[in-house]
Amino acid sequence: MLKIEDLACVRDDRVLFEHLSLSLEGGQMLLVEGRNGSGKTSLLRLLTGLKLADEGDILWQGESITQLRADYYEQMNYIGHHDGVKRELTCLENLRLAQAMGKPADIELDDALERVNLFRYGDTPVSNLSAGQTRRLALARLIVTESKLWILDEPFTSLDKKSMAYFEGLFEQHLQQQGLLVMTSHHDIAMSGSNIQRLDLSA
Amino acid sequence: MNRLSLTQAFIFLLKRDLTLVFRNRGELANPLLFFVLVITLFPLAIGAEPELLSRIAPGIIWVAALLAAMLSLDGIFRSDFEDGSLEQLLLSAHPMPVLVLAKVCAHWLVTGLPLLIIAPVLAEMLGMVEEAQPILMLTILIATPVLSLIGSIGVALTIGLRKGGIILSLLVLPLYVPVLIFAASAIESSAMGLNASAQISMLLAFLFLAASLSPWATAAALKMSMS
Repeated sequence: MLKIEDLACVRDDRVLFEHLSLSLEGGQMLLVEGRNGSGKTSLLRLLTGLKLADEGDILWQGESITQLRADYYEQMNYIGHHDGVKRELTCLENLRLAQAMGKPADIELDDALERVNLFRYGDTPVSNLSAGQTRRLALARLIVTESKLWILDEPFTSLDKKSMAYFEGLFEQHLQQQGLLVMTSHHDIAMSGSNIQRLDLSA
Repeated sequence: MNRLSLTQAFIFLLKRDLTLVFRNRGELANPLLFFVLVITLFPLAIGAEPELLSRIAPGIIWVAALLAAMLSLDGIFRSDFEDGSLEQLLLSAHPMPVLVLAKVCAHWLVTGLPLLIIAPVLAEMLGMVEEAQPILMLTILIATPVLSLIGSIGVALTIGLRKGGIILSLLVLPLYVPVLIFAASAIESSAMGLNASAQISMLLAFLFLAASLSPWATAAALKMSMS
């Protein structure tokens, strides 16, 4: 479904990676590894289309993502280093915004907050939340919107062990429903199985 | 559940931006305060001669409005850029130019509209000719949205730069000059009892041109800045 063909990324005249080709099918996960500065985030941003490839192409269901645009974005969810939540708005308002900009899933927002352990915080402004809670709210976007492909850049930053375990469970569930997952993580992940492809960019 | 229609998404984002401003009310007052302060300083500095003041009033008001608009430009995208919301907007399934237009509309409602409301008071204070005052209001109504629309392109181009402030002014100011010339000239004509419809038509042309082209340019510039 997601296919990378001969992709290269150059930053400040340094080649981060080149001739990168791989493909990912429904139910599979790509775990991008590598040392700091090896181009993990760049690869993820290339996959979202925020960054344009210096060489090569990224295909979604056989078509280049630069041509698909809205059709691709409707099926893709990206959570980057920045949480992308507004500090002045409450948790519920942020989730409503996420739904308005994407394709809403069939779930009550209160249920979604409960699942990420923020049940009592619906009307609390995000500026009153801790870093871990804010991250959980950002990740709650995955629950309140429907998308086939999840692209996550260090999703576990500032999360405690219990939340990490919850989100790993959520990712596994997503894979079981034939979803696709691309992520980077410095944390050791408990997930395993033949459906996980590992890509080491520092090699 | 279905995706929101384009109009619903537009209104949703407009409301979101207005809510954000409302919760940060301090910033709302800044451009307005600047506008009022600059205009009140002029009579103090050049002396309270009614004839002189009423002659230069259109110029003063428009220069102040233009600078106030420039002062507030950075706010259109800055906070969204910093907290990652802009990435999310760019990756939304809705067309970016429409979302940009919603943000620019919200920006005009909180920066341009207050100028429109306060302008008659300031015009009276400077002793502007009574016949010219409706035209002053009309030029502000038509031309301040043009300032927001053109400014959004400049902000989008410079948002990724750490010190984009000066470059932003240099980029945007030349494009503001025609607006300034026609707006001030419209008021001056009407103060002399002449017909100002030619200048007003020009301003309207600017408005339609900017409204139809600038959201696309801004969306493209934002994509460039983010990559």
